[in-house]
Amino acid sequence: MTDKLKNMYASIGLPRLIITCFFLIMLLMAPPLGLSITSLLGDSIRRWAMYGLLVLAMVPAVKCGIGLNFGISLGIVGGLFGATAVIELGITNPWLAMLAAMLIGLFVGSLLGIGYGLLLNKVKGSEMTVSTYVGFSVIAFMNMIWLTLPFKDGNLIWPIGQQGMRNTISLEGSFGLVLNNFLDFNIGDLHIPTGLILFFLLTCFAVFIFMKSKAGIAMSAAGANPTFSKASGINVDKMRVLGTAISTALAAVGIITYAQSYGFLQLYNAPLMMGFHSVAAVLIGGASLKDAKISHVIIGTFLFQGILTVALPVVNKILPEGNLSDVIRIIISNGIILYALSKTKGGSK
Amino acid sequence: MDNIKNRIYNFASENKVVILFVLLCIGGIYASGSPLTFVASELFTRIGRNGFMVLALLIPVLAGMGLNFGITVGAIAAQIAVFWVVYWGFEGITGFLLCLLMATPIAIFFGFLVGKLFNKMKGAEMIAGMVLGYFSEGLYLLFFLFIIGGVIPVYNDRLIITGGVGVKNTIDLAGNIKYSLDTVPMLTIIEILFFIIVISTIIKIVFNKVKETGLSFKKDLIILGVGAIVYALSFIPSIEAFLSTDRLLLLHAVIIGLVALVLMQIWYIIKNRFILKDMDYSMKKPIALIVLAAILYGLTYIKAIEEILLYVNLPVTTYLCIVALCMFNSMIIRTRIGQNMRTVGQSRVVANSAGIDVDKTRIIAMIISTVLACWGQLIYLQNIGTFSTYGAHTQVSLFAIASLLVGGASVQKATNKQAIIGVILFHTLFIVAPQAGKEIFNNAQLGEYFRVFIAYGVIAVSLAMHAWKTNIRPIDDTKKPARLKGQKA
Repeated sequence: MTDKLKNMYASIGLPRLIITCFFLIMLLMAPPLGLSITSLLGDSIRRWAMYGLLVLAMVPAVKCGIGLNFGISLGIVGGLFGATAVIELGITNPWLAMLAAMLIGLFVGSLLGIGYGLLLNKVKGSEMTVSTYVGFSVIAFMNMIWLTLPFKDGNLIWPIGQQGMRNTISLEGSFGLVLNNFLDFNIGDLHIPTGLILFFLLTCFAVFIFMKSKAGIAMSAAGANPTFSKASGINVDKMRVLGTAISTALAAVGIITYAQSYGFLQLYNAPLMMGFHSVAAVLIGGASLKDAKISHVIIGTFLFQGILTVALPVVNKILPEGNLSDVIRIIISNGIILYALSKTKGGSK
Repeated sequence: MDNIKNRIYNFASENKVVILFVLLCIGGIYASGSPLTFVASELFTRIGRNGFMVLALLIPVLAGMGLNFGITVGAIAAQIAVFWVVYWGFEGITGFLLCLLMATPIAIFFGFLVGKLFNKMKGAEMIAGMVLGYFSEGLYLLFFLFIIGGVIPVYNDRLIITGGVGVKNTIDLAGNIKYSLDTVPMLTIIEILFFIIVISTIIKIVFNKVKETGLSFKKDLIILGVGAIVYALSFIPSIEAFLSTDRLLLLHAVIIGLVALVLMQIWYIIKNRFILKDMDYSMKKPIALIVLAAILYGLTYIKAIEEILLYVNLPVTTYLCIVALCMFNSMIIRTRIGQNMRTVGQSRVVANSAGIDVDKTRIIAMIISTVLACWGQLIYLQNIGTFSTYGAHTQVSLFAIASLLVGGASVQKATNKQAIIGVILFHTLFIVAPQAGKEIFNNAQLGEYFRVFIAYGVIAVSLAMHAWKTNIRPIDDTKKPARLKGQKA
């Protein structure tokens, strides 16, 4: 019995246990403080599906062997570019606009992802260190691009000066909330954005199918054991590029899903730390540097976003000053990454 | 002829990063159209402000732990101390010394923890350091936003947010510790140095007498004599007046430096030729240096250069601290612990089998680096004069590491020289970029984004190059990756 418990404890891990308990405590504290659990849960569900795709982007990356992809910023800027281009082109039909944005995002994201994958093949062994700073520099580089892109649409650029895009761009006239409002319904004050959830789960399913396909299995093998895969005739480098490209493209679609649910596009430095949050979410779900499953994505995103959504109002009731939720997010997300790093690397020599 | 060509080629390929940034800086200065006097005075302020922090990065590189992204932790230690010292109301150099006294133990403790953590993830120190920086920032926010005022009762309208919980966004250091180190007059430094020399020499003499080591104390007496003469000189009214200021005109600094260089070379010649009677001693190098010094002195009479030299004032004490740290960095390599660090840096397996305690050596390296980073942040804060509570530490590691890399350092090798060159180049770019952006693209914001991009980009390229080189080293070390930049953007 104790052995069984110990095994269960080992498989869940201390940080996941703490985070789950924390989440439950926060949830239980809500009713006495006069907060409605259902609306909190509704918020958690919406944010779970909203962030889900960005976290899902970790799965192909980890599977193909490049480790946790801190560089999803590449895909994110690709998606943002697609969204801004759609507004500039003046597509007003929401569904068409979203589809076009996703297609452009997919295209740009995959292209960037292929180049990025080729780079990562040259730096085997320190992918994470390199990808973090590649991600940062891409965001910094795009800051300059956002400022100089010759877009003319009044919704995109600053009204004064006629140069440079705004920090936040409203999607009201474009594809804002189009997925959220598709087939949505209310149970009491629990709002279920059916379209968003369906889209998230469908994408998860598509990735799952891909992982079971021939290419997907070859990719997983290349990531799990490069030497063995090479011996059995798999082109390891090519598989790594494939995984990176898929991961980056998923991030591009992910940021568009995120933006349509949020209602705004955030340019410039807003996506700087998104890679870290996605990495943290998948790690909370139970992934490691070597393995990540779709179930990890689903559980991890829900726990991570759930804590943030529930903690904010609960903590604000107790401590009215300041923004503790943000602080908690920073501590949890970076703490879990540190924990995962200390579990994998190391040794006494 | 081929020889020269080869040498030029080698020089260029070894220093390509530096050359690239020199060109960028020259282009930036030219494009911005800022007067050189402005750029120079800004630059020397920034060297004094940031130089110490960059030099704090060198020891972990020596110990094979790569670029220490964890210096944020040291900066945080400094900021905790600054808050309390300002709260208690200490001022001037007393306040600064108290900050030092309070921050150092905290930094030692933090450094120990960081070292322990890094020992758990050998080979992944850099990514761990980055994440650790963000993690400690979260704890710092928790401490400053909620614990101060929330748990620890602190009453001060000037420092605490209305409502009594959490520290305000910015703390004005003017009137307490602003310029507290920069304004220490040279006279005080000479006095302190004199007393240190006297005390240490006397201790040495007594030690030699008691232990009967038989060492002659003639040398010690000479040192004492020289010290006394220098100290006595500072009582001459004109010299005293010169020394009692805290700023040194750059022109004077250059002249003092050149005279010191010439005197040193003459001493080398005398020592080798006439005292040691070493007739094989080649006088080429010292004479060349003396001639160079003379030429440099001649250059100071050129109008444009003279203008700058007469315009810029150096905060002497801060610069002396930086020089002292340079000396410390080069000296520690010659000590036992420094040698241990180098061995550990080259190969942990070899070090371990040679009987070196690898983990302990790495922890010591981290402690030293964290403490130095903490002092560097104190110097930065006292110079800049406003303490932005939630922003001062966030980009410390980014800018310090980018500076070091711009100077031509790499993940495995970094020297004092590279650090100083790097600070100069990186900050020149920082000063001129917004203005240059405005002149070229009619958009100052673009220049600002450009300099941030440079900071991130140079780190990304350097990390990638390092990883690339370690991957292909067995086959070919000299071939340089050419397509790196294109793939990234």
